[in-house]
Amino acid sequence: MRTVFLRSWKVRIGLAVLVFFLLLAVFGPWLTHSVFGLDPRANDTSAISQSPGDGHPLGTNQYGQDMLAQVVAGARGSMYVGVLGAVVGTAIAILVGVPAGFYGGKVDTALNFVTNLFLVMPTLPLVMIVAGYLQGTGLTTIALIIGFFGWSGGARTLRAQAMSIANRDFVRAMRMLGERGRRLVFAEVLPHLTGLIASMFLHAMIGAVMAEAGLAFLGISDSSSISWGTMIQGAQQQSAVLRGLWWWFVPPGLCIALIGTAAALVNFGIDELANPKLRAARPATVRRTKQLARTGGAA
Amino acid sequence: MTAIAASAAPAAGRRLRIPRRWGFLLRRLGFYLAATWSAITLNFFLPRMMPGDPSAAIVEKLQAVSGQQMSPSAMESVQKVFGNPHANIFRQYVDYLVQLAHFDLGISISNYPTPVTSLLRQGLPWTMLLVGVTTVIAFVLGTGIGAMAGWKAGSRFDAIVSPLTTFVSAVPYFWMALVGLWFFAFQLDWFPLSGGYDADLSIGFSPSFVLSVLHYGALPAATIVFSAFGGWLLGMRNMTVTTVREDYVLLAQAKGLSGRRVMLRYAARNAVLPNFTGFTLALGHVVGGALLTEVVFNYPGIGYLLYTSLQQRDYPVMQGVFFLITLTVLLANLLADSVYVLLDPRIREGG
Amino acid sequence: MTVHAEKPLQPMIPAGQAVLDVRGLTVEYATGAEPVRACTDISFTLRRGEILGVAGESGSGKSTLITALTRLQRPPAVTTGGEILFHGRDGAKPVDLVTLDGRQLRRYRWTALSIVLQSAMDALNPVMRIGAQFADVLRAHDRTLGKRAAWARAEELLALVGISADRVRDYPHQLSGGMRQRAAIALALACRPELVVMDEPTTAVDVVMQRQILAQVLRLRRELGFAVVFVTHDLSLLLELADRIAVMYAGRIVEVGEAAAIYGAPKHPYTQGLRDSFPPLHAPLRDLHGIPGTPPDLRRPPAGCPFHPRCARRTDGCDERLPLLLPVGRDAGHEAACLLNETDGDHGGETR
Repeated sequence: MRTVFLRSWKVRIGLAVLVFFLLLAVFGPWLTHSVFGLDPRANDTSAISQSPGDGHPLGTNQYGQDMLAQVVAGARGSMYVGVLGAVVGTAIAILVGVPAGFYGGKVDTALNFVTNLFLVMPTLPLVMIVAGYLQGTGLTTIALIIGFFGWSGGARTLRAQAMSIANRDFVRAMRMLGERGRRLVFAEVLPHLTGLIASMFLHAMIGAVMAEAGLAFLGISDSSSISWGTMIQGAQQQSAVLRGLWWWFVPPGLCIALIGTAAALVNFGIDELANPKLRAARPATVRRTKQLARTGGAA
Repeated sequence: MTAIAASAAPAAGRRLRIPRRWGFLLRRLGFYLAATWSAITLNFFLPRMMPGDPSAAIVEKLQAVSGQQMSPSAMESVQKVFGNPHANIFRQYVDYLVQLAHFDLGISISNYPTPVTSLLRQGLPWTMLLVGVTTVIAFVLGTGIGAMAGWKAGSRFDAIVSPLTTFVSAVPYFWMALVGLWFFAFQLDWFPLSGGYDADLSIGFSPSFVLSVLHYGALPAATIVFSAFGGWLLGMRNMTVTTVREDYVLLAQAKGLSGRRVMLRYAARNAVLPNFTGFTLALGHVVGGALLTEVVFNYPGIGYLLYTSLQQRDYPVMQGVFFLITLTVLLANLLADSVYVLLDPRIREGG
Repeated sequence: MTVHAEKPLQPMIPAGQAVLDVRGLTVEYATGAEPVRACTDISFTLRRGEILGVAGESGSGKSTLITALTRLQRPPAVTTGGEILFHGRDGAKPVDLVTLDGRQLRRYRWTALSIVLQSAMDALNPVMRIGAQFADVLRAHDRTLGKRAAWARAEELLALVGISADRVRDYPHQLSGGMRQRAAIALALACRPELVVMDEPTTAVDVVMQRQILAQVLRLRRELGFAVVFVTHDLSLLLELADRIAVMYAGRIVEVGEAAAIYGAPKHPYTQGLRDSFPPLHAPLRDLHGIPGTPPDLRRPPAGCPFHPRCARRTDGCDERLPLLLPVGRDAGHEAACLLNETDGDHGGETR
């Protein structure tokens, strides 16, 4: 069932990229340090703002810090915010969406109101203002804020799904047999939603990585910690664009774009496999159909 | 009222449609009013929830930054936002609501004593122009190409455009702006590096000023369109693919209608519904949507205003911008609901 | 007023002339490495004004047959063999619908060949008024027709199936299920086609409405003289309606003949099984039996007769030799593809 999804090249490539960046976040800093001898915080005063070349494959910044090591360290920072933000956001989405859909009635009315409220609130400015009030925010705080304000879309989807499951015969039957609600939710409803939750988590992770980058770019982040966002912000502050120092902002942005593409590919591929209408529209299917029409079949 | 209509003769039942639609809209309107009230209240309580006497701390910090004593009236402005711990909080809340009802958003700290509303009024046209125009262009472009890709799903055009768009739409839009600025303005020198107009010209409707606005706006506009159209494209493509396989499109084909008519009146007309709702919502994000692009280009809009106020910890301005953005988003949501009622005859209730 | 009562009136239609000749039609799906055959070597002739019922379980290839006949198939389905010859009213040379390109095909669509789909809810455009969905097809095939006249014609057509004229301005969701289905039938008759393909048009409505709709189809056929290919999984329903019945299994026609012969004296064990799994609409109730097992996976069809794994009467050779569709029984035109008939010779009577 699960390996079915690996049949799509989109899912395979997307997952490969995601796994690569996860491994980079976990082991990368150690690798760059002990194998290549690069330290993201070491100041090489002989090479300030040096363009990519010998010794520094991606050049250096204004302090002579190696950009490759920074990108790798940034992977850890960004992925940390991404994963933590997604965990928080997905958890809230489950806690709000599933009971709302499953129990209905007053519970649903209240939870759905809160969901809709968060859905229509302009999140980025709100996060900016909240983060602005909380001075000296670290990556953890940022991740928590992002998660706290970014769960509403997921909760709405989960509510709809939980509602449809709650109305299925087997759940109704179990309710009539006196099965307790909470046990039903954990044993019967949630397992049916794992695929959806996994896809939501992926979305939330990318969203959090992007949101962190955006917030860092606005200066709402801990400038002492390294993430792709703080790197781009550092470049902006030093007017890297106006000085033509492209290696300060191109690599971290490209990394974000790659992760985003990977997640989009995974979701796209799963959609195609899950939705027969989309599957019939895949180029491979269309190509095979044309070929069959030309050759006139195996007869 | 509905109850009376329902008990009437069956013929009257057909007139029920309109009240039902209005009922849906009224319910939504009620929700948006509640949401507006929540946003306002949040705006009021957030700073007051902070521990200690935040206004004193803020005043201290501001004085440290500017290096000079703060005027008593500026102090009052700070206290209005953060609350006077000695005053009755309920009383403050009522004052705050009364103020808002008069569109009085307080006085800027960094631009003392300019009212926040006049700062907003200065920035708003620029943002509306830049982001409004680009939102429309991105929507039209994305939806059009998406419909084509979906109609010819699996063709070479689709096989190239769709994955490419997946990548483009995954790029952070402010980074796209940075790279665009670096390449087209710095490397190629085709566009100015920052600002919204030529500062040497006087602001007005003179041809040279309008030209300079277009020249300065072209690059930020292009980067916004480029990073925004992908979402519309992919959404429309997948909806078209799904819709094209609906029975009513099949039947339209069986009827021998022209391909154009089948595609426009049957497939695209139904496929565009979710995208169009998204579009009306996107209009709501016009004011706050391209915050970071404005920052990259130092474009004199609302986003840049929020950015500078954040840098200078100008809380009245921050709150004012947030209030404005919330208001436009909620208005757009109401608009989206109304448009949906018009576009989709099936809608009656729910939401 | 039962459906039965109207049947004797049918000989008003000039019989004998063919309207559709299907020869060796084969449809494959380009999924996976190997194409899958969903319809194999389908042949039948439909006479003018005749109702041919096609019966089979889901997955028997009957839906594939419909989209192939109407040239509405989408990737990955491809017609890889055979011809669909359509004989026009004008007596001109028959055209092979398989070979027509999109533009040529449009001339035949709806004026020669129309379709009623299973669910009218899904088949009518939800955002267009009923009248507009009539008007656009009427005007597409008659350029001289004005908008007002087209809407007036839509009202007439709705009246034909007993829907009041003011409904013409309704949207599909405002009609009841039965009304929608009747509107879909009226829509199919808009351009006076010679052949209407109906894909289980009564599965979505209740039994009472089902009877009404079938009676209407018979009445309209008598008045307008179109032929019908009526596809369903319900064999007993076809007995009420069809002149002839073809039974499909695993993408092939396994038995075909006059409706009475198919129902009264089925020659294929599958037809028997299918008959015994539905209660008859008029005949006295008898024991119902389902057919054990499931239809074969078309990606890996069993060797020999595709029905043999489920067949209670399989004998030696059933898993080796594919039986041919051969004449059986006393009635002319009754054919079945079963080794039992080939070995038994022509003993007649029900093989039970």
